[in-house]
Amino acid sequence: MTDTREYPKPLPELEGLAGEFYGFCKRGELRFQRCTDCRAWRHVPREMCAGCGSFRWEWERSDGRGTLFTWTVVGRALHPAFQADTPYAPVVVEMDEGVRVLSQLTDCAPDELEIGMRVEVVFDHVSDEVALPKFRREQS
Amino acid sequence: MGVPREEACIVGVGETDYCRKPGSGRSQLGLQLQAARAAIEEAGLRPAEIDGIMPFPNLGRAEELAANLGCENLRFAATIHMGGAAPVASLEVAAAAVASGMANHVLLPAGWNGYSGARARETVASDTASIPGGAIARDYYLPFGFTAPPQWYSVMARRHMHEFGTRSEQLGAIAVAMRKHAQLNPRAVMHGRPMTLEDYMASPMLADPYRFFDCCLETDGAAAVVVTRAERARDLPGKPVTIASGACGQPYPADEITNRRDIFRTGLTIAAPEAFAKAGVAPGDVDFAMIYDCFTFEVLQQLEEVGFCKRGEGGHFVENGRIELGGELPVNTHGGLLSEAHVLGMSHIVEAVRQLRGEATGRQVEGAEIGVVTGWGDFGDGSIAILRR
Repeated sequence: MTDTREYPKPLPELEGLAGEFYGFCKRGELRFQRCTDCRAWRHVPREMCAGCGSFRWEWERSDGRGTLFTWTVVGRALHPAFQADTPYAPVVVEMDEGVRVLSQLTDCAPDELEIGMRVEVVFDHVSDEVALPKFRREQS
Repeated sequence: MGVPREEACIVGVGETDYCRKPGSGRSQLGLQLQAARAAIEEAGLRPAEIDGIMPFPNLGRAEELAANLGCENLRFAATIHMGGAAPVASLEVAAAAVASGMANHVLLPAGWNGYSGARARETVASDTASIPGGAIARDYYLPFGFTAPPQWYSVMARRHMHEFGTRSEQLGAIAVAMRKHAQLNPRAVMHGRPMTLEDYMASPMLADPYRFFDCCLETDGAAAVVVTRAERARDLPGKPVTIASGACGQPYPADEITNRRDIFRTGLTIAAPEAFAKAGVAPGDVDFAMIYDCFTFEVLQQLEEVGFCKRGEGGHFVENGRIELGGELPVNTHGGLLSEAHVLGMSHIVEAVRQLRGEATGRQVEGAEIGVVTGWGDFGDGSIAILRR
């Protein structure tokens, strides 16, 4: 675990709905908003449900499992903080709940990525304040 | 409803030189003023007659442009916040403004020191004011190294390859076509620098599948156009080009790129059918297309969403010279953002005007009568204008 001052990469702002989302991540829980009225899941967090208009929701715990929807491999980082990581692969995971999450895989080389592969969430505590939800191959 | 048909024209265009090293030597504002003066002069107007200005989002302010140019009678000023889709979206709005009498002559300037100032690769979500999805990108993309346009769009390209079998060689065909056209355009930054498909395939991977040569240039320069009501255009010296229609659209959600049911449904998907219907033409009637080529794949997907081919067939469409001069649908005869210069989409409008006036020396599309110009911005905002001779 590192102090925020030492972690050189961009961190989310821990306020509002993002603060709530990452607050759960810090406790090892991947939670998404789920509309109280129509039960639709959503991500990224929003103030209301676009499907039914409700302003009521719960932060419901996700099963944490999903499928690799798409990916890229960054060969030349455009943000200086990521230069040392190249090649690294941002991925889009489609969760079993239906929402998609932008993340990274922790145990898969860039040339092993395959759309459709099954993954599950893990939490990377990058600083005292922040845990990022990342993914690894599903352990069957 | 949009623009009543055939009531507005582009009556003047202007451009600065385009360069990388050693830089333009002018300020961002200075470049835009230079292009603006050229456009106003070409239109046969005086700055005091320009009573409308539509600056590019975050790169210009109407007050500052007017004060420097001498636009003493400004009545209409508006900015469309759609990133690179703004210039073409502004054509639609400027046309509506002059058709309705809100203004007589509207100036659309765009320019920057995209090489010697802040580079295109740097205009990213760290500045939450500059793109609508800025806070979302800050909180959900940047921590994972998903920081800039080539990365954001490359995931769409990868999915397109997965769903439709699109191949890198097809993206390369687009890059090669743009570079070929630049050899015919002495103003293009890549003039004198031909490129083969082998060169393309050998170039380093930036954000797989985006290679170095899949990405737009970063250049210094500006361009501008002036829009006027058709009946007033007849009194002016130049050759007016009619804005037959314009439309714009946003994807859903526009501020977050990964949670779209249909990830290929961009703003252009919504805008294109509307523009064709308003103009009373079909994609098959179009003689050339100036497509906002921030990256090669974006050309392919815009060709699909405009309706020049079906969704998924873009890879095949761009092969075998179809989009090159002499082919069925020449695209970006000036070389585009990929090989002429990155002028935020405004130079695509200028090139379309030159083609329709018959002034595209050395790269003229024979008998060009109808042309399409598109814009692309942020996470897939889109715009389209149909211009005719």
